[in-house]
Amino acid sequence: MFVAKTIAADHKDLIHDVSYDFHGRRMATCSSDQSVKVWDKSDSGEWHCTASWKTHSGSVWRVTWAHPEFGQVLASCSFDRTAAVWEEIVGESNDKQRGLSHWIKRTTLVDSRTSVTDVKFAPKHMGLVLATCSADGVVRIYEAPDVMNLSQWSLQHEISCKLSCSCISWNPSSSRAHSPMIAVGSDDSNVTYTGKVQIYEYNENTRKYAKAETLMTVTDPVHDIAFAPNLGRSFHVLAIATKDVRIFKLVPLRRESSTSSGPTKFEVQLMAQFDSHNSQVWRVSWNITSTLLASSGDDGCVRLWKANYMDNWKCTGILRGDGSPVNGSSISSAALNAAAASGAQNSTVGAASAGRKKTQLMPG
Amino acid sequence: MEELDVEPTITRIPGAGLNQKHLGFEWGPGDLLVYETNLKLQGPGSGCPFIHVVRRDEDIYSPILRKLFNESHHIFVGLQNIKDDVPSKNKKPQFVSISKNYRSVIRACMEELQQVAVSSKVPQYSNQVSILLAIELIWNLCEVLFIDAAPAGSLLLHLLDWVRLHKADVDEKARNVLQSESPTRHHAYWDVVMSFVLQGRMDEARQVLQKRASLQAESRATYQLMDNLLHKMPVFNPSGTQTLTEFDVKWRHWHEECDRCLQDNSFASNNHLETICKVLVGDEDSLLEQKELLGTWYHLLISRLLFSHPTVKPAELHYYAQSSMDMFLDSHSAPEPLDSILLAAFEFDLHQVIKDCSIALNNWWFVAHLTDLLDHCKLLQSHNLHFGSNLREFLVLEYASGLFSHHSLWQLAVDYFDHCPEFGRVYLELQIERVPLETERKALKVLRICEKRQMNEQVRSICKIMAKRALSNNRLGSALSWSIRAKDAAFATLISERFLQDYCTRGSFSDLDLINNLGPAMLLSDRLTFLGKYCEFHRLYGENKFTEAAKLLLSLMTAKIAPRSFWMTLLIDALPLLEQKEVIFSVDQTHELMFCLEELTSDNELKPEGLAQDDDVECTKLELLRLALARNLAMAIVKEGTVEA
Repeated sequence: MFVAKTIAADHKDLIHDVSYDFHGRRMATCSSDQSVKVWDKSDSGEWHCTASWKTHSGSVWRVTWAHPEFGQVLASCSFDRTAAVWEEIVGESNDKQRGLSHWIKRTTLVDSRTSVTDVKFAPKHMGLVLATCSADGVVRIYEAPDVMNLSQWSLQHEISCKLSCSCISWNPSSSRAHSPMIAVGSDDSNVTYTGKVQIYEYNENTRKYAKAETLMTVTDPVHDIAFAPNLGRSFHVLAIATKDVRIFKLVPLRRESSTSSGPTKFEVQLMAQFDSHNSQVWRVSWNITSTLLASSGDDGCVRLWKANYMDNWKCTGILRGDGSPVNGSSISSAALNAAAASGAQNSTVGAASAGRKKTQLMPG
Repeated sequence: MEELDVEPTITRIPGAGLNQKHLGFEWGPGDLLVYETNLKLQGPGSGCPFIHVVRRDEDIYSPILRKLFNESHHIFVGLQNIKDDVPSKNKKPQFVSISKNYRSVIRACMEELQQVAVSSKVPQYSNQVSILLAIELIWNLCEVLFIDAAPAGSLLLHLLDWVRLHKADVDEKARNVLQSESPTRHHAYWDVVMSFVLQGRMDEARQVLQKRASLQAESRATYQLMDNLLHKMPVFNPSGTQTLTEFDVKWRHWHEECDRCLQDNSFASNNHLETICKVLVGDEDSLLEQKELLGTWYHLLISRLLFSHPTVKPAELHYYAQSSMDMFLDSHSAPEPLDSILLAAFEFDLHQVIKDCSIALNNWWFVAHLTDLLDHCKLLQSHNLHFGSNLREFLVLEYASGLFSHHSLWQLAVDYFDHCPEFGRVYLELQIERVPLETERKALKVLRICEKRQMNEQVRSICKIMAKRALSNNRLGSALSWSIRAKDAAFATLISERFLQDYCTRGSFSDLDLINNLGPAMLLSDRLTFLGKYCEFHRLYGENKFTEAAKLLLSLMTAKIAPRSFWMTLLIDALPLLEQKEVIFSVDQTHELMFCLEELTSDNELKPEGLAQDDDVECTKLELLRLALARNLAMAIVKEGTVEA
C-alpha cells in the first residue's frame, strides 16, 4: 500500500464522510462546514472539485450516491434534523466549460425531530428507496415512486427502534430468496445490557418491516454496520463497529411452513472478532467483492482484514497518520517518496524476498 | 503446518493524525480514500483537511509488467483449454512446455526491465528486476521438481541446468578472461576454470585449462592428467540405453581414479589443479572454500550432488538441501525468505512454497499462475492439499480482482474469472458493473462481455445507466436506443413522449434514422409504437404515398395507438391530405375522421378550461377541419359513386 496522491479538500471544517460514486469516477465529501463538494476524476487521474454548495444548516454527517441508473443523485443527512436529496442537472454550456456542475435540491426530508445520523439508498432492485435513521430512534424508509420526478418522496415506513440510532445498512442481496432487509445499529449508552444491533425484514403479506433479529451479544454502543456483498450465498455476513470489530454470519433457518408469515429467523454465528484497535471502533466497510474489510478506531488507524481460503481472518494492513504536517510543497512529493521508500530495496536475487512485504496472507 | 505469522504492513499517511484523532476512509474500485476526521462528532473542527488516495498494488501500473500480464493471460487461457479427457500423465510434456512459456515471458520482461533499470537508474525498476529473477528461479525449480518430476539421474541434469541458468555471470566472466590480452595471466583465470567445474561444464573448463597447458611445457603432464579426469567424468544420458546402475558403477570408477590422483600427489605441483581435484572427489571443505564462486547455498547443494551423489532421488533432496544451507549460511545469518521458499520446494512441500511466496512477493501474478498450473498437473491433490482447487481459485480471484482495478487490464481479468467455477461469476458480476462507462464504445465493450455470459441484470443495468445519461444530456436518440436495449418500457415511453413534445415545438423530428429503423423494437411500449408509426406517416407523406399515409394516420386514432392528447395534431396533419386535388380519404374513412373529431371535441367540452386560453386558434382549427372534412366527404361520395357506376 502506498499513498499515491493527496488532495486538498478545502473544506472549512471537519470532513465527516467521503463517498465514491458507483464507478469510482466521482466522489462527494461532506463536512461540519455544512457543505457538500463533488469531485470528478479527469482522464489523467486528477481530482477536480466541480461543485460545492451549502446543503444544510448544521454539520453534514453522511453523503451517499444513488445507483447511476437513477441518474446523478446524492443524499445527505445532517445535525439540522433533515436529510436531503440532490440531483445534478446538465447546466449551461459555459458552466461545463469551466468544469462546473450544477446540483439542485429535489427534496428535504423533515420527519425527524433529532439529528439524522445516517442515510443509505436501498439496493437498486428495490427501486429508488432511501432509508434514514436518527438519534430519536426511528428508521424511516422513503420511496420516489416516479424515478423521473425526484421531488416526490413518500414516507413508506417508520420503524421505531426504541434506541438512539447511529447507523444503518441495507442487505445488498438481490436474490428472490431474500426479502429486503435492513440492519440498524445503536450508540445509545444510556441503556446497557440490550442488543445494539437490530435486523428488520420486509414482509410481503403485511407490507411492513418487522424485527427479525436482535444481536443480543452486542451490548456496547455500535457506531457503524455493514452487510457484505452476498456473492450468491444463502447466508448473510454483517460487520459491526463497536468496542471491537465483529463479523457475524446470519444463516436463515428454514421456515416451519411455507405459509408462515412471520419474519425469517436466523442462526447467528460470530465469524470473527478483532480487538486490535484496543478501543472504540467507528467505521467498518467492505470492498467490492468483500475480500477485505476496513475498520477505523480510536487508535487512529485504519486496519484491513482479510479472510483466506480457509476462512481464517487476519489483519493484513494498517494505515496510520505519521503526524507530520503536510505543507503545500510536499503534497506532490509525498506520493513519490512513499512509493520510492517502499520500492527502494537492494537489488540482488536474494533480496527480492526482503523487499516489500505484501499486504496479503496465506495462513494455513 | 507451521503458521508463518506476518506482521501487517503499516502505511504512513503524511500529515494525518496531527489535528484529529481518527482516520475516515472510503473504498474505491482500485484504491482507498483516507482522511483525517473526528468520528465522535464533536470536538474542535479544523479547516482544509486532506484526502489521501491509497493504492493497493503499484505493479499493475508498470508499463513493462503490463506485457507480463498480457502474455501470461494467453498462456493461462491456453492451459485452461487443455482437454480433460487425456490422462494427466500423458499431458506432462504439454505442462512442461506451458511452464517454459511462462518462464520465457518472465525472462523477456526481466530483460526489458533490466535495460530500463540501467538507463533510468530508478530504484523501483531494479527492485522489480530482482523480484522477477527470484520468481523465475523459484518457478524453474518447481518446474524441475513438481511438473517435470524427473527421476534419479535426470534429476541432477535438470538441477544443473537450473543452476547454470541462474548463475549466468560465469559466462560473462569467462568472456572477459578469454578476450583479455593474456587470458592465462588474468586474475580471474582460475575462478573461471573452477566456476565451470562447479557447474559440471567440463568441456568448457578443459578449453580454458588448455590455454595454460600449452604455455607450460614442464607441467604439461599434470595438465594432461587433469584434462583426462575432466574428460572422463561420466554424465548420465537419460535417452541412452545405459541403466542408472551402470552409470553409477562407471561414476564410482571415475571417482576412485580421482581419489587415487589425490592420494599419490599427482597434483602436488599445482595448487589450483589440486583444489580442482579435491572438488571432483566431492571434498566438502574444498567445496566450501569456493563459497565466493558458488554464491548461494543452492549452488553448493547442486555441486555437492554432482560430485558426491549424482544419482540422488527426489525424496533424498531435502536432506542435502538442508545440510547445504546449514553449511553455507553462517550461524548468525538467518535464511532469507527466498531461501526458505527454495528449501520448501526441495522438501516437496508445495503448500509451503505457495504460502511463503504469497507473503514474500509483492504480487499475486506468480502464485496465481503457478498454483493454477500445479493444479492442472493434479499436483495439489497428490500433495494432500484437500482444498487444492479452493486454493487455486482463491489466488486466481485475488489476481484477477487486482487486474480489474486497472483501466485497461480489467479485460484480461474476465477470462480469469471465467475459469473460477465457484465464485468467478459473482466476482465478475460485482466487478464489471463498476467499470466506468466513459464512452459509448466502452459501454458497448462491457455490454458484449456481459451478453456473452448471459449476465442479464448487468446488461439491463448498463443500458439503463447509458439511457439515463443520454437523456440528461438531451441526446434523445441515444437514450432511446439504450432503453430499447435495456428493454425498459417505462423509459422508452418517457423518451417517446420527449420526442413528440420536441416535434410539437419544433415541427420536425430528430434521429429519424433511428426511429424509422426501429423494427419490432417498436413494440416495447405503446408510446414508442406510436412514435414509430407517426414517423412512418411523415415518411409516406414525404414520399407522396398519400393513400397509405392517410390510412396509417387514421388507424393511429381508430386503433387507439395515438394518445388522445395528440389527436388534434394528427387531425391537423390530415388537413393537407384532405385538401389534395385527388380524393384520398374514402367516404368511410372521412366518416371515421369526423367521428374522431367529434369524440375529441366532446371530450374537450367536458373540461372547457382546457380550451380557454387559445380559444380563437382552436376554434379556427376546428372550423378549418370541419370544412375540409365536409368538402372531402362530398368529393369522395361523388368519386365513389362515379367509379361504381
